Amino acid sequence: MAAHLKKRVYEEFTKVVQQQHEDVSAKKLRLTKPSKSAALHVDLCKATSPADALQYLLQFARKPVEVESVEGVVRILLEHYYKENDASVRLKIASLLGLLSKTAGFSPDCIMDDAINTLQNEKSHQVLAQLLDTLLVIGTKLPENPSVRMRLVEVACKHLTDSSHGVRNKCLQLIGCLGPVEKGVAKEVESQAAKDVQKIIGDHFNDQDPRVRTAAIKAMLQLHERGLKLQQAIYSQACKLLADDYEQVRSAAVQLIWVLSQLYPESIVPIPSSNEEIRLVDDAFGKICHMVSDGSWVVRVQAAKLLGSMQQVSSHFLEQTLDKKLMSDLRRKRTAHERAKELYSSGEFSSGRKWGDDAPKEEIDTGAVNLIESGACGAFVHGLEDEMYEVRIAAVEALCMLAQSSPSFAEKCLDFLVDMFNDEIEEVRLQSIHTMRKISNNITLREDQLDTVLAVLEDSSRDIREALHELLCCTNVSTKEGIHLALVELLKNLTKYPTDRESIWKCLKFLGSRHPTLVLPLVPELLSTHPFFDTPEPDMDDPAYIAVLVLIFNAAKSCPTMPALFSDHTFRHYAYLRDSLSHLVPPLRLPGRKLVSSPVSPSITPHEDPSQQFLHQSLERVYNLQHLDPQGIQELLEFTIRDLQRLGELQSELAGMADFTATYLQCQLLLIKALQEKLWNVAAPLYLKQNALASAAAKQILEETYKMEFMYSGVESRQVVIIHHMRLQAKALQLIVTARTTRGVEPLFGMCEKFLQEVDSFQRCFISELPHMQGSFVDKLLDLMPRLVTSKPSEVVKILQTTLRQSTFLHLPLPEQLHRATANIVEPTGESDNPLRFTSGLVVALDVDATLEHVQDPQGTVKVQVLYPDGQAQIIHPKPADFRNPGPGRHRLITQVYLSHTAWTEPCQIEVRLLLAYNSNRSKASAKIPKATWSESLEALPPPENGIEGTIPFSKPVKVYIMPKPARR
Amino acid sequence: FPEMSYLSFFCLGPGAGQDVGRSCILVSIAGKNVMLDCGMHMGYNDDRRFPDFSYITQNGRLTDFLDCVIISHFHLDHCGALPYFSEMVGYDGPIYMTHPTKAICPILLEDYRKITVDKKGETNFFTSQMIKDCMKKVVAVHLHQTVQVDEELEIKAYYAGHVLGAAMFQIKVGCESVVYTGDYNMTPDRHLGAAWIDKCRPDLLITESTYATTIRDSKRCRERDFLKKVHETVERGGKVLIPVFALGRAQELCILLETFWERMNLKAPIYFSTGLTEKANHYYKLFITWTNQKIRKTFVQRNMFEFKHIKAFDRAFADNPGPMVVFATPGMLHAGQSLQIFRKWAGNEKNMVIMPGYCVQGTVGHKILSGQRKLEMEGRQILEVKMQVEYMSFSAHADAKGIMQLIRQAEPRNVLLVHGEAKKMEFLKQKIEQEFHVSCYMPANGETTTIFTNPSIPVDISLGLLKRETAIGLLPDAKKPKLMHGTLMMKDNSFRLVSPEQALKELGLAEHQLRFTCRVHIQDPRKEHETVLRVYNHLKGVLKDYSVQHLPDGSITVESILIQATAHSEDQGTKVLLVSWTYQDEELGSYLTSLLKKGLPQGTA
Repeated sequence: MAAHLKKRVYEEFTKVVQQQHEDVSAKKLRLTKPSKSAALHVDLCKATSPADALQYLLQFARKPVEVESVEGVVRILLEHYYKENDASVRLKIASLLGLLSKTAGFSPDCIMDDAINTLQNEKSHQVLAQLLDTLLVIGTKLPENPSVRMRLVEVACKHLTDSSHGVRNKCLQLIGCLGPVEKGVAKEVESQAAKDVQKIIGDHFNDQDPRVRTAAIKAMLQLHERGLKLQQAIYSQACKLLADDYEQVRSAAVQLIWVLSQLYPESIVPIPSSNEEIRLVDDAFGKICHMVSDGSWVVRVQAAKLLGSMQQVSSHFLEQTLDKKLMSDLRRKRTAHERAKELYSSGEFSSGRKWGDDAPKEEIDTGAVNLIESGACGAFVHGLEDEMYEVRIAAVEALCMLAQSSPSFAEKCLDFLVDMFNDEIEEVRLQSIHTMRKISNNITLREDQLDTVLAVLEDSSRDIREALHELLCCTNVSTKEGIHLALVELLKNLTKYPTDRESIWKCLKFLGSRHPTLVLPLVPELLSTHPFFDTPEPDMDDPAYIAVLVLIFNAAKSCPTMPALFSDHTFRHYAYLRDSLSHLVPPLRLPGRKLVSSPVSPSITPHEDPSQQFLHQSLERVYNLQHLDPQGIQELLEFTIRDLQRLGELQSELAGMADFTATYLQCQLLLIKALQEKLWNVAAPLYLKQNALASAAAKQILEETYKMEFMYSGVESRQVVIIHHMRLQAKALQLIVTARTTRGVEPLFGMCEKFLQEVDSFQRCFISELPHMQGSFVDKLLDLMPRLVTSKPSEVVKILQTTLRQSTFLHLPLPEQLHRATANIVEPTGESDNPLRFTSGLVVALDVDATLEHVQDPQGTVKVQVLYPDGQAQIIHPKPADFRNPGPGRHRLITQVYLSHTAWTEPCQIEVRLLLAYNSNRSKASAKIPKATWSESLEALPPPENGIEGTIPFSKPVKVYIMPKPARR
Repeated sequence: FPEMSYLSFFCLGPGAGQDVGRSCILVSIAGKNVMLDCGMHMGYNDDRRFPDFSYITQNGRLTDFLDCVIISHFHLDHCGALPYFSEMVGYDGPIYMTHPTKAICPILLEDYRKITVDKKGETNFFTSQMIKDCMKKVVAVHLHQTVQVDEELEIKAYYAGHVLGAAMFQIKVGCESVVYTGDYNMTPDRHLGAAWIDKCRPDLLITESTYATTIRDSKRCRERDFLKKVHETVERGGKVLIPVFALGRAQELCILLETFWERMNLKAPIYFSTGLTEKANHYYKLFITWTNQKIRKTFVQRNMFEFKHIKAFDRAFADNPGPMVVFATPGMLHAGQSLQIFRKWAGNEKNMVIMPGYCVQGTVGHKILSGQRKLEMEGRQILEVKMQVEYMSFSAHADAKGIMQLIRQAEPRNVLLVHGEAKKMEFLKQKIEQEFHVSCYMPANGETTTIFTNPSIPVDISLGLLKRETAIGLLPDAKKPKLMHGTLMMKDNSFRLVSPEQALKELGLAEHQLRFTCRVHIQDPRKEHETVLRVYNHLKGVLKDYSVQHLPDGSITVESILIQATAHSEDQGTKVLLVSWTYQDEELGSYLTSLLKKGLPQGTA
């Protein structure tokens, strides 16, 4: 066995060598590129049989052809084309022509005539189709040449009468892609060919081949996409196509109808077999609704999806989609939904105990019942009950979109959405919960609906439960019983799934603050207080009790009478929770001494939040006191930074802002410290210490600036300038330090050069912002630029040092909203003492569950880092599907990390953390507004900081105990 | 042309016609006789339970008369009489059914036999061996597989929902076809998908119409209610009894509860009373392709019919404390295990019984559903029912909308309703005629309906002729009929369209030319050649697409039609136009004469 394996290894090895050999020969070929067309010519001439020729062509197609030799190659190919008798070879040549004309930089107008000529004598339908395809490629390569396009379209029109579907298909495709979009242009260019493209395509709606019909509709849609306004006359034609035998035709026709309904929503169309007329959009809506019960699920999905985007439809039609008009034995029957509603309004709770509870009531006039042709009637009911989950999801999405634009519809579709919570496929359930959340502004849940919603809280899927908590956060509940019910169910959930703690508390926080008046009458019951007797003090660590308190305290925030109902220990618990769970418990105005203890008194109620004011004031202070002595500045900065940090901790909504400014001030502080004159003047031997401090400061400033730029969402270009400016300063500092430590001038040349380039690019990038930067480092530097360019490195350094010291401190304007990206690893918890054992050399999967906040594009930026005890680090890129988006600005990463290591003698801890990857280029391109002005000049130069890919750790590391065991032999 | 062919139908005995019960339909289509379903009636215990097969043949052999038998699904009212029919009456031809039906059908037949023979002690009933022998004659078919029964007759199965393996069948002879739906369901449920058929445009669609006058509410509400009730009772610590029939709905409810238990992480035990269910469940596990999307997609991870929470029931479990859910047979609480459990649990108000289906009058199930709280059991015992009684309808038949939807999908030319009540069918019939403009029939039992079809007859055409003829006109258009010239030859039962020349050659006949000549009198005092010129100008003006020539000998030709003018022998003011054309140009020739008869327009010189 081993010998065999060895042999195989060698075999593979020799293979690799051979491939290298081939590579070499390929390179040789490229060197002799001028003879490429000649070589092809020789090859093709050598070919004795069509099969041979085909082989040559196939080989040829694998190698790229340079732009210069394309035309020559095309000529050779065409020459052979005319000689060739075998259709398959001609087909290959035709396809090669298409490929070649795609070559970047090659303008195919020179070969167009030849390509058109080849069409004349071609007999084979397949080759014809391929040639038309080539023409299509040529046409799309020449977008600014209407006459060429007209010619191609004419050629296509000529071949529309071909008997092969393939040729007609391609012709229609070509007309769709190249047909004149503006009528005026067409007439100018060639008046005799000013035939209406739409009419030509429209004529093929009745083609005998379904593939051609589909192609015709697609071509029409293509014209629409290219900006041609389709005529309304097509509508009736398209409606007929809805009854086509083939699903692809129906599917395309549905799209066409939708397009027309968006183009002419208000036109009036007659209803066949009656004198009435309705709006086109309503008619189209009815027709598409009808397609929701089509035989093919592809069409059903298509139809259900499109329904969502038909918002102009009248409400009368919209509401029909939810009404199926039940009957039983010809008597009208109420739906379960209607019965539930009635029971609710009559004050009786659903019993459902009687048989025949749902017995049909009034007789139906048999003539008035429409079983099929009622258009929109019950479309969504059918869609939501469909066999395929794809259709159901599409229907839920469509419901969501329609409900968002129509509150009355939202109210009506509620029952159906609630029903979807019990779908058999989790994806559908999740989707319907999300949908409900999105429309929750428009609705108020009835008690029986709430009951059904809450029943889902017991679902074993965490995604479902959390989505439901999200939903409850923004739900309106109508009665106090509803609140009570919700609380009871949430507590039940808590005992069943203790890991949901945080999510449930948060849910109750919003529930409380949304319904203070409903919570008020429940308070005594919830706190189990008694008018006469003292009740035992509940356990403060009980998550359920905390949950109740969170609900009550948040309700109490806007209900001043509530604290009167609290017992003594409640106040104590409030103080405790306010401190330990400040993000869940709001500040309360409590009677007596409690008022003092509340950190921020809301009694002042200023227009602006006092903490915000505080923030601005402290910043003002810093910016104004420019000319303090260095010591004073340092102290002031230090104090302000401390204040800001504390403020960030206390005021979660200001945390981003405070942290951001604190970081900026920190950078400034470091810069000032590093530049302290005293240290720089000391004798050479003491440089060492000074250098260490300065270079460390420079490095830290660089890091901090990257954090500022990439870790905060909501950073505007104004801030980006300041950040980049700070970075520039740090780089200058670095340069100075290096200049002082290195002997010799040689390495300095390069560094200076690079620095000046950076200044230059800074100027180009932020030219519009420069006027705001009076007296700053860069301002001064730019003044001195001519001198800098010509002077020696040592001088440059000297100038830099003085400018750096003299430059003023830039005012950092604050954006409206600023949030710091945060990540919190929920799982693994890092508390386990049991090591994860696995055999060395094999992998073990570690489940990682983390919440991310305010991360833009997490799929691209968030990475997982694993640090092994031996210093080995591993960066894992999670799959895009591992990120869920439970709410705006929030993401959830649930992924698996594969660990592996060689055997250890005893268990040890590894660290898992999340990283935020950044790429300065990418953000620059998106952050700069005046990009257009300089993009042209920049293209020639390599972009600054090319390809710096760095990472910022942004979560607390979690330690996981693992133990790779040696493999048993 | 051959005379109009016809399809005829005959429903055997009470059942298939305007009644719910046993199904047995005879179809004659273009000379082929097919029997659709062979059901029995549960309500009778005498000869009436089986269809009267002697009616079919009077006294000949069944095998000679019937070309095949098709069974749509395994319910006894559709296949219960099969062993009797094939073994006792005697039929040796092929019997077609789907694979799951073939697997499950003998289990049910055996069970039915046991009850009638072993329990009720009847004699003269089919034996186990007969069931086995009967099954040997069965040919199993796949969905959408076209089975050639003989050279002309072919059948094809479509998915029908309803129960595992239920199928609709298309029966086709030549270009005439019939679709028989059996029982079907247009809304998917927890274990089966929805019925589906392509646009096969049959001449006749025979559809069941159990719920002809009902439009049902969404299934979701019912499911939700059911789950909620069970859940609440279990949480209270009560016991839930669900009497079911062994196959069909039982599996759906099992899946429903199983997934709910899984989702909600519930711990209370669920039991299923064993017996034939276990065997049947085994087949449910096997025939995954016949189930719905969810089960088909997830069976790789886990087969949904391998229940985690549902265990086999033992009689002793009924006395166990704590909550539990029990599925027990039979479904109407009239005997057996379900009744035993019911008697044990009825006294406790915490418990609940859920009736998932319809109950026949006289059974305990019907009594409690109609609100009776004190039941008289055998032995003068009075049983007080304190437990909650719930009713949930889980039916797997298409409702009126579903039936209409199927008709829309299949686009039949005629519809025939069976398996329903006459009054309800009348409503549906009216609706179908009104909305699809097709004729609809609803035959009573034993009544024969004859439907005339307009069959299209395929004719072979020689390629040369086809190409020549299509080249004349514009592009061929599938939707429009096209006129062609040729000779139709009927020889040895085959039709061929050939060119006239070839026809003459084959028949050995010489070609004769037929020419029509006609004289038209025109009042024109001018000279002959002037008249000719006027006619020429006139014709040239009217017939723009034809080649009109003025020949030097003074005659005019329009294509191959010759026109000559001579002066009238008596009246010089009248000119006689001689128009002559061949038979092939009849159309143009007669048009020309009528044109000339109208006279020449004045002033065209």
